[in-house]
Amino acid sequence: MTGKTIAELSRSLRTGETSSVELTRHYLDRIKRVNSDLNAYITVCEEQALAQAEAADKRLAGGESSPVCGIPLAHKDIFCTRGITTTCGSRMLANFVSPYDATVVEKFNAAGAVTLGKTNMDEFAMGSSNETSYFGPVKNPWDIKRVPGGSSGGSAAAVAADLCVMATGTDTGGSIRQPAAFCGITGFKPSYGRISRFGMIAFASSLDQAGPICKSAEDAAIMMNVMAGLDPRDSTSVDLAVPDYTADLEQPLDGLRIGIPRQHFAAGLNADVEQAIRDGLQEFEKLGASLIDIDLPNNHLSVSAYYVVAPAEASANLSRYDGVRYGYRCENPVDLDDMYKRTRSEGFGDEVKRRILVGTYALSAGFYDAYYRKAQQIRRLIKQDFLNAFEQVDVIVGPTSPHAAFELGAKSDPVAMYLEDIYTIAVNLAGLPGISIPAGFSKGLPVGMHMVAGDFQEARLLNVAHKFQRATDWHLRHPEFNSGEGLS
Amino acid sequence: MALERSEVEKIAQLARLHVDDGEAEEVAQRISDILDLIDKMQAIDTESIEPLSHPLDAVQRLRPDSVTETDRRDELQRSAPTCEAGLFLVPKVIE
Repeated sequence: MTGKTIAELSRSLRTGETSSVELTRHYLDRIKRVNSDLNAYITVCEEQALAQAEAADKRLAGGESSPVCGIPLAHKDIFCTRGITTTCGSRMLANFVSPYDATVVEKFNAAGAVTLGKTNMDEFAMGSSNETSYFGPVKNPWDIKRVPGGSSGGSAAAVAADLCVMATGTDTGGSIRQPAAFCGITGFKPSYGRISRFGMIAFASSLDQAGPICKSAEDAAIMMNVMAGLDPRDSTSVDLAVPDYTADLEQPLDGLRIGIPRQHFAAGLNADVEQAIRDGLQEFEKLGASLIDIDLPNNHLSVSAYYVVAPAEASANLSRYDGVRYGYRCENPVDLDDMYKRTRSEGFGDEVKRRILVGTYALSAGFYDAYYRKAQQIRRLIKQDFLNAFEQVDVIVGPTSPHAAFELGAKSDPVAMYLEDIYTIAVNLAGLPGISIPAGFSKGLPVGMHMVAGDFQEARLLNVAHKFQRATDWHLRHPEFNSGEGLS
Repeated sequence: MALERSEVEKIAQLARLHVDDGEAEEVAQRISDILDLIDKMQAIDTESIEPLSHPLDAVQRLRPDSVTETDRRDELQRSAPTCEAGLFLVPKVIE
């Protein structure tokens, strides 16, 4: 059953070809055998998974209709799970057991999905390589000397190595799409507000968004049907009807207008990656789409604006880690100030501290206008670029990342790491939906194609991605790692 | 933009972070590099541009001011480093 999608396994569960318990045991067994090579999971919850699988089998026997019922799932360790440790990749929360479930977790539980465990991630989702995790880096299943991308690196590696059927992720600047590209799978970031952020540990509240990490656009649509919707517990979740995201997947692409941003095919783009994307665009032409060159003139400012907005919001959000109510506390504090400072300095890693310092500086007295306000003004220019583009085109297509996965330890300079997200960050600043799907290879490593649509055009984006996957087989390629000794 | 060591110490105090003497120079350098990246946006004239604080320009949704949560103090305090009689314990603040 290796490498099967939600759609395929959901059918097998209904024909009785397999059971959820059998499927769950298969995945737990794979995790036991290979997780130590990849470090994709921080926590595996075997007992609970088997109990959920048994319950799912009963529901399936009773005619349960949800396609995720009985399907093994992994949650990024940023989602609070009642009774299961939620670390956010940090020493600060290494022993934190949440008293409640995130809305996303609650929805998957209600639909009968089986939680296998919690996946590794960059600490507090701050990173593009999964190397900032307190629990050690994740390895890319296509080449274990390379990073899986980040911050949802554990979820992406787990899906790519078939250590789960589907996984959740979060994306603040590219944290679903870039690891999906590096690991050769499908990663989808919906519009801001489409999925509840309740119980999803906050990094940058005006940018954070949850989304599916899985094996196909069709699976992403199935997961979206579970995840999307208004939540009274998240005041920024959007009160907008949720369509059936699987309904229009097969719509033909005749007449589709695809925008190709000149700025995403400029200096700095690896030649193999460019070729793969250009080949993908030709595929779209065969499917009836027309290609139109467009400009996103302020795109080059997105990384700068992001590194004000995200750290500023992070510095406010992470002020809650004070050693008083939950999380890590230093030993023998002499007074309150000493407790705060040592708790935070020992509990947070270097990258998190760096961003807190940058954000604190940007928000400190006298600097607000020059930094935060200025960044929000740039943010408007970036959003306007997209709005202008969407007057001419339906979707925008380009590379997800300037190159394929890089080697562990290759980017020790924070600024070089920040520039990894040059094509994805603007989408978060503008709040738009974006997806990365496999589109080829560069020296044996997967290349991701990035597609963006207008606000709440998720269904259209999934339709476009699905039709591409119907016509190509890049998403069906698996790393050799998966076919290794005893791994079938 | 280069940050002085004293400025790093000031923001570290605001953020309640401790920066070791041995690493202060490196931290100042790293943050200065990030500020250089950020400062690229200063080249753009944004005088007449309205800031975008929410990607959809939406405003906060309000709900009726009524009690929706039940008392779960014991459960919520289970994650606390130290508690006693339903109270969070912290180092002495008043002599």
